[in-house]
Amino acid sequence: MNSLDLKTLGLRSINQKLQTLDPGTNECEWVIENPMGQHAIACGLNMPLNVTVDGHVGFYCAGMNQHAEVTVNGHAGVGVAENMMSGRVRIKGNASQSAGATGHGGLLVIEGDASSRCGISMKGIDIVVGGSVGHMTGFMAQLGHMVICGDAGEALGDSIYEAKLYVAGSVESLGADCIEKEMTVEHETTLADLLEKARINKNIKDFRRYGSARKLYHFDIDHADAY
Amino acid sequence: MLIEMTSRGPDSAGVAIYRDPVANGKTKYSLAHDDLTYDWSALSAALNDQLKANSTIAQNNTHALLVADSDESHVKHWLSNFDPSVRLVGSGSTVEIYKETGLPEDVYERFGLASASGQHMIGHTRMATESAVTTAGSHPFATGADLCLVHNGSLSNHNRLREELIRKGVSFGSENDSEVAAAYLTWKLRQGVPLKQALEDALDDLDGFFTFCIGTRDGFAVLRDPIACKHAVMAETDDWVAMATEFRAIATLPGADTARIWEPKPATVYAWGNESVTEHLTAPVTATGTAPSTGATP
Repeated sequence: MNSLDLKTLGLRSINQKLQTLDPGTNECEWVIENPMGQHAIACGLNMPLNVTVDGHVGFYCAGMNQHAEVTVNGHAGVGVAENMMSGRVRIKGNASQSAGATGHGGLLVIEGDASSRCGISMKGIDIVVGGSVGHMTGFMAQLGHMVICGDAGEALGDSIYEAKLYVAGSVESLGADCIEKEMTVEHETTLADLLEKARINKNIKDFRRYGSARKLYHFDIDHADAY
Repeated sequence: MLIEMTSRGPDSAGVAIYRDPVANGKTKYSLAHDDLTYDWSALSAALNDQLKANSTIAQNNTHALLVADSDESHVKHWLSNFDPSVRLVGSGSTVEIYKETGLPEDVYERFGLASASGQHMIGHTRMATESAVTTAGSHPFATGADLCLVHNGSLSNHNRLREELIRKGVSFGSENDSEVAAAYLTWKLRQGVPLKQALEDALDDLDGFFTFCIGTRDGFAVLRDPIACKHAVMAETDDWVAMATEFRAIATLPGADTARIWEPKPATVYAWGNESVTEHLTAPVTATGTAPSTGATP
């Protein structure tokens, strides 16, 4: 286990160190100490590293992640794991707004609550939230899965494309073109798999599925006269 | 907390410190003047002479803290007539407001804030967007006895609302949009509207983006607009509660590493404090806790 003290080394030096490790290195286990809520910690990682951030982080932590597994022992600020490509990011506490925004792949687990706009414009990432999410969650979500073990705030899945949303608790309101959909065996299998990967124990029978009514993003010939 | 937020607001900084409550019948007035050599003791002497008051005054850089026993509205009226170049920054039994242009670090030093202590404190660093960088346009803005407001965001209907409030007899010291929010609350509270209700009304009447932190005699309240674009984070331990725009402002507080950290919900009034807060906030508050030491840096 290698330890990096952010207070002593500074953010750039830590990120550069982790981004430029030799591809064949055996030094895959890293701990970042004293994060002190600083922004962009462990961003742009591109190797299968195991990075633990021991404390609360600021904005954009683990952004653009590829292959690495990043664990935050605390709260994450705005835009955690934004534009993640692959790998795993786990937040032990709560997360602020826009968690997993525009993510293309990988798994983001938030053990606590996520704030508003979680998974905004997600493009293939899987997001599992142990608690509840705020308003406009899954706004324009294009691809991937979002599992919400608690409640969802206003306008869930507004203008959603093909992402699949699973919610165990209540949904304050659905956004434009987002509807409840049938939960098939196939969906239950996917959901069970995501919960297992996220190491969150929750009965799949508690969940309801939401997705796109597909009325908003296709040109409708009936509206041709309007143009 | 204030200095950590310099990169968010290098233009001006200010604090409201809640400490040393004065005896019944007395009021503290935070005054400011651009001239460092302004004769504050002459002001106090004239007040004693003309209003038959007992007052004391202590200068702190460009500011001065006046404590007087006369009726608050008489003193305020007298002050505005005595010398219009003296600005009344805040008043109440407990609050002291200090604010100036410049880097937070310089403001901090100017007012000797390193050694300042109190029950709770609201701080603000400003990056000016809607109006000029002036002391009068700096936060916090007083909104009534022992009440003040700091704002992160920008209001889009401030011009019309300012005109409306001026017609209702509210006065302004700057072109600042946040001052309009403060004046709006002042006006509401003057009508006898409880603080919680006033804040809920603000959700309907203020158009734009805002995260507000409102200092009260015994605590503080937080309100975010329904879209909640402007950041806010809360931290609570058994000993203290803190609010800031970013967690890094809170990170240096003792015990912050094990604090409960969460984001306040949009369009929801949160409040912490003791009796006088619950007096203001007649309905049950969304979240509660004790506030022996509070900081906020939107």
